[in-house]
Amino acid sequence: MSESRLDLLTRFPWLKEAIKSRLWQPAAMLLTLSFFVLVILTGLLGTPAGSRNFGIIFVWIVWWAVLIIVLIPFFGRLWCAVCPIPGPGEWLQRRGIISRVPGKLRSLGWRWPRPLRNIWLQNAGFLMMAMFSTIILTRPLLTGWLLLGFLLLSVLFSILFQNRVFCRYVCPVGGFIGLYSLLSPLELRVKDVAVCREHKTKDCLVGTSCSYGCPWLVYPGTLKRNAYCGLCAECVRACPKDNIGLNLRPFGSDLLVDKERRMDEAFKAFIMLSCSLLYSVVLLGPWGWLKALANMETVSGWALYATGFLVVNLLVVPGLFWLTTVLARHLSGLHASVHRLFVDHAYGLVPLGLAGWIAFSLSFIFVNGSYVIPVLSDPFGWGWDLIGTSRVAWTPLALGFLPALQVITLLVGLVFSITTLYRIAQQHSSAFAGHALVSSGDRAWWATLPTAGFATGVTLLFLWIFLG
Amino acid sequence: MRKRLLTLLPPALVALGVLFVPLDMFAATPVTRQFTVQASQFAFDPPTLRVNRGDRVVITLEATDVVHGLYLDEYDVNVRVEPGLSKQIEFVAEKTGKFRYRCSVSCGSLHPFMIGELVVMPNDAFARAVGLTLVAALAALVYLSRFPPGEA
Ligand code: SF4
Ligand SMILES: [Cu+2]
Repeated sequence: MSESRLDLLTRFPWLKEAIKSRLWQPAAMLLTLSFFVLVILTGLLGTPAGSRNFGIIFVWIVWWAVLIIVLIPFFGRLWCAVCPIPGPGEWLQRRGIISRVPGKLRSLGWRWPRPLRNIWLQNAGFLMMAMFSTIILTRPLLTGWLLLGFLLLSVLFSILFQNRVFCRYVCPVGGFIGLYSLLSPLELRVKDVAVCREHKTKDCLVGTSCSYGCPWLVYPGTLKRNAYCGLCAECVRACPKDNIGLNLRPFGSDLLVDKERRMDEAFKAFIMLSCSLLYSVVLLGPWGWLKALANMETVSGWALYATGFLVVNLLVVPGLFWLTTVLARHLSGLHASVHRLFVDHAYGLVPLGLAGWIAFSLSFIFVNGSYVIPVLSDPFGWGWDLIGTSRVAWTPLALGFLPALQVITLLVGLVFSITTLYRIAQQHSSAFAGHALVSSGDRAWWATLPTAGFATGVTLLFLWIFLG
Repeated sequence: MRKRLLTLLPPALVALGVLFVPLDMFAATPVTRQFTVQASQFAFDPPTLRVNRGDRVVITLEATDVVHGLYLDEYDVNVRVEPGLSKQIEFVAEKTGKFRYRCSVSCGSLHPFMIGELVVMPNDAFARAVGLTLVAALAALVYLSRFPPGEA
């Protein structure tokens, strides 16, 4: 373990005790599940006016804000540990909610097909949702059905497959949480890899009398990145060698893990970056015709919109970045294939992508945050007044410093991205046995010039949408 | 450490310049600008109003389908208009930058995203943000070339 890590579990014994308890996860899940049920009920039965519907306001303003501004940047996949969606299925498999029920998980035990052991399905699912996002975001009924659908699908997957196959390979939200969790300053890792190698029974994988085997099908002994660790802490409970730590570490460490970079994740990075730009243009821009297309006012109009949406996500942005890496390769003289450089450097766009999402989200959270107060008092929009606040009017908050906040967020993302792009280029140039004329640092610098330019261009585009 | 800080000093100074250099010289003589803005589900037409700082802005707001409103960020403007009638809004554009105006009367599904833009020139916030971005990107590149991470 490198010296830039601080193991919180060793540092704070009470935290270790708390995390080892079998109680916190089901307790948190039951809490989120009760909100989730209310969201589905208000979505399906409540008023069709989104701004007065608890479901819409809580999912797309409260949950989204907490997820994108707090949980993902600082705690990575922590949401996945408390998410209600996999709860019922997991409890069915385990035949229990809190304690470790002896015996195997109950499921049909199908095997997840090998070609799908990646996040392409999640990329596709996210794009599908994103194309419909304007209507999902504004129609309580659709939000209700969508979330109910997620719940039923996850139960179905728990019946067919063991463990959290749904979370790992299907859930469209899980896909981008995984990618952006590479950034977070929190990681679960083994303390000493050698201890795991020697330990033959692999309790963390198979489970013990007081813990289940890793529900995410991850082996902690070789875990290097946050992407597929759901932070459920079953392995902490299992490990008889006390070999698992929860580390505080520098932001973005996992972006530099060079052995596990893949095209599906690279595309996730492009899709997320493109979608945050597109959402900003469509939802925050002044162009009514664009909103009308996205709002499915005519099917042909929407088809046009969806096509444009896919073209930007899958062709324009990745295509431009491909050209950028061709240029980077040319300028730097790096020998790695364009394909390799393209995939690897895509991870450098992760900080900027997250910054874009935060900047976009800030604007509608501040503007529409006040809707939370009335829907608490009248969740269904039926004219109730449970806590006397149902008539509190819409009041946009603190718009004065919003642009400054967005600029700072984007600049932090940009500088972080440029640094990451440089360090990724360094990995290629240090592997380079080339001429002595150009030092490896110089090679990395020349390789970074175009990609940094790309990131700067994207930042300027965001600025133009928000302030220009 | 001193060397590193010294490398960052020039860009920091330029950044300060970008932030605080007065852009007043681009100010135009104030005039009165009349606009007719039509509100309909879920857009304002015209979508963008451009004025200069100091201009007196007169907006005639009309609703073409259902009741709409116009809330202008940071300008303390909030009016409501019934279809077939019109409302006058008048103010002096003192603050520069881009301000969104939003429908303030729940008018249907996309109501929260019914948005128009008032751009008051000179848009120095945008100009400064662009300047800062370029300075930050260049500073990062210069810094990385002088002090490559991982190579002590
Ligand atoms: S139980 Fe602990 S020591 Fe054994 S393999 Fe798992 S992490 Fe390593
Ligand atoms: Cu309206």
